[in-house]
Amino acid sequence: MEGIWVLAEHTAGQLRRITLELLGKGRALADARGSRLVALVLGHGVEPLAGPLAEHGADGVLLADHPSLASYGVEAYTHVMSRAIHEHRPWAVLVPSTANGRDLAPRVAARLGAGIVTDVEDLWVEGEQLVARRPMYTRKAVGTVAFVGDGPRIAVMLPKVFPPADRQEGRRAEVRRLEVNLETVPVRTRVVERREVRRERVSLVEAEIVVSGGRGLRGPENFALLEELAAELGAAVGSSRPPVDSGWVPHDYEIGQTGKTVSPTVYIAVGISGAPQHLAGMSGSKYIIAINKDPNAPIFQVASLGVVGDLFEIVPRLVAAVRRLRARA
Amino acid sequence: MDFALREEYRLVQQTARAFAIAEILPQAARLDEEHRFPAEIVRRLGELGMMGILVPEAYGGAGMDTLAFVIALEEISRACAGTGAILAVNNSLVCDPILRFGTEEQKRRYLPILASGREIGCYCLTEPAAGSDAASLRTTAREDGPYWVLNGTKSFVTNGAEAWLAIVFARSEPTEGSRGISAFLVEKDRPGMVVARVERKLGINASSTCEVRLEDCRIPRENLLGSRGQGFRIAMHTLDGGRIGIAAQAVGIARAALEDALAYAQKRVQFGRRLVDFQAIQWKFADMSTRIEAARLLTYRAAWLRDRGSPHTLEASVAKLFASETAMWAAHQGMQVFGGYGYLRDYPAERHFRDARVTEIYEGTSEIQRFIIARRLLEGGNP
Amino acid sequence: MNVVVCIKQVPDTEQPIRVKPDGSGIEEQGLNWILNYYDEHAVEEALRLRERHGGTVTVVCAGPARATEAIRTALAMGADEGILVSDPLLEGTDHLGLARALAQAIQRLSWDVVLCGRLATDDNAAVVGPALAEFLGVPQATAITRLEVGEGVARVEREVEGGVEVLEVQLPAVFTVERTINEPRYPTLPGIMRAKRQEIRTLTLADLGLAGAGAEGEAARVRYVRFDPPPRRETGEVIRPENPEEAAERIAAFLRDVAKVL
Repeated sequence: MEGIWVLAEHTAGQLRRITLELLGKGRALADARGSRLVALVLGHGVEPLAGPLAEHGADGVLLADHPSLASYGVEAYTHVMSRAIHEHRPWAVLVPSTANGRDLAPRVAARLGAGIVTDVEDLWVEGEQLVARRPMYTRKAVGTVAFVGDGPRIAVMLPKVFPPADRQEGRRAEVRRLEVNLETVPVRTRVVERREVRRERVSLVEAEIVVSGGRGLRGPENFALLEELAAELGAAVGSSRPPVDSGWVPHDYEIGQTGKTVSPTVYIAVGISGAPQHLAGMSGSKYIIAINKDPNAPIFQVASLGVVGDLFEIVPRLVAAVRRLRARA
Repeated sequence: MDFALREEYRLVQQTARAFAIAEILPQAARLDEEHRFPAEIVRRLGELGMMGILVPEAYGGAGMDTLAFVIALEEISRACAGTGAILAVNNSLVCDPILRFGTEEQKRRYLPILASGREIGCYCLTEPAAGSDAASLRTTAREDGPYWVLNGTKSFVTNGAEAWLAIVFARSEPTEGSRGISAFLVEKDRPGMVVARVERKLGINASSTCEVRLEDCRIPRENLLGSRGQGFRIAMHTLDGGRIGIAAQAVGIARAALEDALAYAQKRVQFGRRLVDFQAIQWKFADMSTRIEAARLLTYRAAWLRDRGSPHTLEASVAKLFASETAMWAAHQGMQVFGGYGYLRDYPAERHFRDARVTEIYEGTSEIQRFIIARRLLEGGNP
Repeated sequence: MNVVVCIKQVPDTEQPIRVKPDGSGIEEQGLNWILNYYDEHAVEEALRLRERHGGTVTVVCAGPARATEAIRTALAMGADEGILVSDPLLEGTDHLGLARALAQAIQRLSWDVVLCGRLATDDNAAVVGPALAEFLGVPQATAITRLEVGEGVARVEREVEGGVEVLEVQLPAVFTVERTINEPRYPTLPGIMRAKRQEIRTLTLADLGLAGAGAEGEAARVRYVRFDPPPRRETGEVIRPENPEEAAERIAAFLRDVAKVL
């Protein structure tokens, strides 16, 4: 099963959206090279995922199914993935840039002596070379980097950059089970607790729409306005740095150089002035809508639609307007 | 000649800049508005070693030099000129003379406390009738057994309201003029030392400016700083260092004026273009930047001479004169860039304008600096 | 508890970054080189471990000679010792090569915990930490937001999509830290003077016994081809609606007709 591989990340029996995005990109690469697209799945009881993987473009599915793989652990996952790559010699492996993907991929690369490029926002084949593009210097430059030499190529792919693969009903794939033997693998890390973080209907980095608040919200209570808008849009809520520094919202809300990087389809910046440190975390968004009362706010320089006005008057009416449109649709 | 700052100075600059931007700048407008002494900031500046930069490590200081002092002071003043004034006085007008002229006992007693930022000091030279003409001061020091008894009024005392220790210059000898003056160390809790008034003023509002009265204030004989009659020399040598500090403070204010105006001009749009896209505005920034650079180099040179133990009265005056007039000019230009908004309290330009003004006045007016520079020329020094 | 912190010197990305006209890199002139922000938090966490458990804090940095300034920043914050891994042969190496060299330098020390920043703000790679763990043969946890060390085991928290994971990790181990883990202290002036007097050891690949062992630039598996400035965003429209109703309608229409997300 050489060719192009995608590490299929899944949660609660479902493929993550980013897996579908990688299948789409992986399909294009496989076609360009005239090779197969293979999905690698690690977990327990993951066989039902083979169908959806095939329907989203995989020609082959490799299942590593074992009770010890039921949840992510760096040692077992590194062992299984490295063995699989070592044995089957894929030309390239696409790994989702998630908390676990970023934990796992460099370690696998180190074990195999593979080439690794992270934060990939584009990937293509040039002759026999695989070439990637990635944002650097807090998005103040874009680097183009080529894999050189022989051996595996691992690309850790940013979410929300590639469109998810279309579903082709009835499409089939060759499914194979990998032999998993973990007896010799030391397990020195153990998850003792998992806490769901409240609100998040959608995780901030995966959301298609992000509604984000800044200093202009004036206080923690006003984030309820954004929560309401986000609920209506199916969006996630984030913030710039000042609300975090002021303790209005938890740290994991922060978007920017010191927080998360997001690139949703739509980013709605509410009461955010647009300091460079914030722009570093969201300027990859496809559309930016900004609401701010200061017509000179730098956020307007990157906004696809800038609205000068009072957020406290506009946001509640926007909730109503969105509700009306959705009811009509 | 090497214009590159050595590693330790760059680290001082980085740490002072990071602290100033993160911890002082967000409070600067409010400190100014409320005329509030930044007690917590001063305590933390002490922890960082910035209240006793010149004080050797043995006395609890940073063990650095005048160059490190001016580098740190520029950064602090860029965020808040009033906080810069507090730091400047404590380092150059209080710790420095104790270090140079104090006895071992005095150094051990006062420097660790002053360098830690737990307490600060003030400098009492000027009097209502003796400003630029300091040698005509009238405060008296009379011997009485094991005590000195001080009487008089001191004005324009920076840090006066908060200081724990004052350096007081008084006439201890019957001779007129500069020769009869001595310097004394007066703790605030000495009976007879009274803060008579906290002045209302134009700028540097985070620091207090006070009138201090000495009414039969008794201090032990061992609180004499230096020797009898040496006071005027101590005052002048101290002011040479103080002026280098004011130059650094002025450079910081000028930079604030430039940086804030530049940020504003990059986002303000008129006639469909950003202000920075107009050549008339660009030239202002070019001129501001050039003068600031020159002022900084003059300041560094004066600091370097002082650290080498070379004469530097002239160079300190040159730096102070040029830097303070640069600050005033840059604040003027900066406000112009802001236009009408520059005149409003909501924007920082008018604060820089008010803060800059004092640098042309205190620790020797521009006229006194020109007098010192011209006198050197008339004495046949190199122009 | 002996802690090693791997640090990197990076250009201050809060200042302008300009790509060279020929795309071969970024303009280095006028760059302000600083200790990577994430690494400041790693140094801080190490100092806190030392305050609670005793031991030493050693910083290890791979880079050119100028990188000693980043090491001295860490020393001025309070680290005990600094080591620079520097060799012209490392020019053009990839993150695995760097991790190999750093791992070899760390092997020579006595250590219980290695801390790294989650990523460096120049290349955002986040590769060296886990690769180090692999080369050192120890467990890892990345992007941690909390660290408590007990007898032979650490309890850490890390953010994952939609939640927080609490892990127990056997020591020795490598951790990469998120910036929310702590508020780093500023270097003090007396600390800067102390750091100035400290000797920083420089180790070459030959010193590490790594000459020809795959850490050199020529062994790299990835190579930068070119750099470009970020694509300019198309400037949009800024409107000043008459009233909030109009504003809301315009935004809703944009969501439906342009972004097509409704």
